[in-house]
Formats: sequence, structure tokens, C-alpha cells
Amino acid sequence: MTPVRVLVPNPLRSYTRDVATVSAEGGTLADVVGDLDRRYPGIRFRIVDEHGRIRQHIKFFVNGLQVRDLSPRLDGDDEVMIVCALSGG
Amino acid sequence: MAQAAKMPARRVSLLLATRKGLWQLHGDATRRSWRVAGPQFLGHIVHHCIADPRDGKTMLAAARTGHLGPTIFRSADRGRSWHEAKQPPAFGEGSNRTVDHTFWLTPGHASEPGVWYAGTSPQGLFRSEDGGATWRGVAGFNEHPQRKAWCGGDQDGTPDGAKLHSILIDPRDPKHMYIGMSSGGVFESTDAGADWRPLNHGVKADFLPQPDPEYGHDPHCVRLHPLLPDRLYQQNHCGIYRLDRPADRWEDIGVGMPKSVGPIGFPMVVHPREPDTIWVFPMDGTSVWPRVSPGGKPAVYRSVNGGKTWQRQATGLPKSQGWWTVKRQAMTADAGAPAGIYFGTTSGAVWGSRDEGRTWKCLAAHLPEIYAVETM
Repeated sequence: MTPVRVLVPNPLRSYTRDVATVSAEGGTLADVVGDLDRRYPGIRFRIVDEHGRIRQHIKFFVNGLQVRDLSPRLDGDDEVMIVCALSGG
Repeated sequence: MAQAAKMPARRVSLLLATRKGLWQLHGDATRRSWRVAGPQFLGHIVHHCIADPRDGKTMLAAARTGHLGPTIFRSADRGRSWHEAKQPPAFGEGSNRTVDHTFWLTPGHASEPGVWYAGTSPQGLFRSEDGGATWRGVAGFNEHPQRKAWCGGDQDGTPDGAKLHSILIDPRDPKHMYIGMSSGGVFESTDAGADWRPLNHGVKADFLPQPDPEYGHDPHCVRLHPLLPDRLYQQNHCGIYRLDRPADRWEDIGVGMPKSVGPIGFPMVVHPREPDTIWVFPMDGTSVWPRVSPGGKPAVYRSVNGGKTWQRQATGLPKSQGWWTVKRQAMTADAGAPAGIYFGTTSGAVWGSRDEGRTWKCLAAHLPEIYAVETM
């Protein structure tokens, strides 16, 4: 499976050893977030709650379009951007 | 009552959990000179940081940021280095609730090294058996058939969410514990959390229609005396109370506070050795609830007779225009003789007394909003 690009916001780069763009694999956004957590343990719970919902002050964009849950299907050309919402600052 | 061991003089450090990170204040052997160290976790909201008295080197810190979900950081070397919990407190799949933050941390009983308890917002109780690395919900509370009724509705609780706090472990029995809930009251378990019962009779709840309800109260801070565990005190939204088990009716001991000051406040501190000696930090609970020092005159009040009478302790504190708030976890005592008393304000100052509150000195200023102060 071709990994997707994931753009990581500043507050989460303590998990990715300061790397701003990482790769993760998965057929859906949920799978990709799960793979991110395998590569960078603990990152998932900071952006997705215990019921699999995107946290209140976190936004996900796939190819520039905001998504409201983790169900979208992805392939290797896709780019995921994780953003900290203005409200959370 | 158990006899207290004589405590040798030792240096005291304060752990300052703030809205913007964690600081430490290190005192010299006389507690006269203090050095600020930090920050760690700059930018994180640290709700509580506490050292494990069982090994003297483990520390846990409950943290979140404005954006990110909650977590717990663990140190095994007195705060020099930290690692994140592998599995922070989180409600189970069967629940529709989400942990917003861990609010309160309590080390477990002396006979259970590695056991910790956490209280969350919204109200949940969690237990770790591996020094805080992984956490599981205490099903006996979180899934109790009465929990929803006990915890109140969406409008109940503090401005930033209802909280489970004041997790108290009876030093005689690891299965015996108490909790407090900012919406709910005080509850007791005698079977390690498998079942709970309310313990609120005698405590006013003037925001509820019933005259003496079984639950729904708002304890701000509940303490149990370590050498007389049948003695409990609480600073409540509606006054100050004392309970001597096996009785189950709280006694109103705030009636002795001056009328101009009132019995409202957040923290409650017990003397390390004397069960009759306690300290509170009154706040204005009149009208729209300013929650600042009454009249702008900050003061600590101490009782040495279990709350029968109170003495004002304000020497060294501002005489006017001191509009301070001290949160429920932001006042504490050390084990020295005489006991040192410390508090941190929401305006970022830390004050300390080397003489059990008789005189006060500012130990640090210009810090962020202080959420909790603990000694180490």
C-alpha cells in the first residue's frame, strides 16, 4: 500500500521528532491515524477521542478539503493535513 | 490514633501546576530562601502534579493543551525526565463520554506500590497499577447505575466542567476510599471502588430544592487526616464541614467564621500531625460570586480546635487591593515542624509561611495561573 503524506502541526511534532511531514499507510483516514499511532505512539489519543471522533479543536483536511470524521477512503496520492483549530489556542 | 514519627528537617520543593506549564520551587533547609526552576511542558495546561510519597522519586503530571487531548506524564527521577503514559485515562466503548482532562491524581495505598488513582472531567474515576503508564476506569463508579443521577446534568459543575476530585485512600485499608465531585458530593467505597454510597447529610446545598438531599452537593476540597483517618474536613460551595466517622452526618464548622468574611473558599489543608488544625483561604461567594479575597484583603484562616473557632492569619499579606483566588488544589502543607503552609494564586504568585501561617512571604511571582501546589 502506498503511504500517504501527513502534514503534522507544531503541537504534535514532539511525537514525530520534529518532522513536519511524515508518511502513514491505510485505506481510510482512520487506518492512517492508526498507523500514525503505531509509528508515533500516543499521537492518536491527542487528536481523536476514545470513541474515534476527531477532537473538538482539531481539524483534518484531505487534499485541501475539511473532513468531519475518519471514514474517508484514501490512496497514495492523497495528502492529509492535521490542523489545530483557532479555537483551541 | 497512630503516633507520628518525628520528622527530620529536610528541604522542601513545591510542584506548581499552571495553565502554561510546570514549575518547581526549591527551598533551602531553613525554608527562607527559594529558587524557581522551570518551566517544563511550557504551553501545556498542567492540572495537577504530585510526587509519590512511597518511593520519593516518581511523579505524575496531568496535562493537556488547548488543542490536544489529555494525557499523563510520568517521571521516575523527581522530574528530571518525563515519559508519556501509554494509555491515559479514557472512558470505555460502552460510554458516550469523553475525558476532557485529568483533574486530580492520588497515589495509592502504601501497601500497593504502583497503584494510582485519577479523577477526571467529566467525572470519572480511573486506576493505574503500573505507576501511571496505563489506566483503566473504575467500573464500580463509572458504570454505577446511579452515576448519572449523582453527577447531575450539563448545567451542573464548574465553569470549565464538572470534576471528580479529592480521591482519599484510608491509610489503614486500601479498599476504603472517598471521592468528591464538584457536582455530586462526597461518596464512599469500602470495597476498592466496586460500590459507592453518598455521604452528604448535614451539608447544605442551597442551589437544590430539597432541604437535606442525599447527593448533588458541591464539595470543593475534601481532606482526610493521615493520622486520624476517621476525621474528614471539606471546604464546600456552601461552607466548611467536619465529619468524625463512623458518624455519617457532617457538622457545619464554618459558622464560626466572621460574617464579613464568610465560610466560602476552595482549598482545605490539614496539619501533618494535628487532626484539629486546619487552614482555609476564604473567597467572596456573595452576589455574583466574585471568588476573590473578601474586600480585597487576602487572608488565611486557621482553626486549632477542629473548626470551633478560627483565627485570621494575614501578617505579610497585602492589606488591601489584593483580589486573589486560590484554587482547590493550590494550597498545601509540608511535614516540617513547625509546618510550612503554601498557596499559589490564579494571578501567578506563590506565598509561603514557615510558622504555620503566623507570617507570610511571597516566594515567587509572575508565574501563569496556578492550578495546583504540592510539596515534595
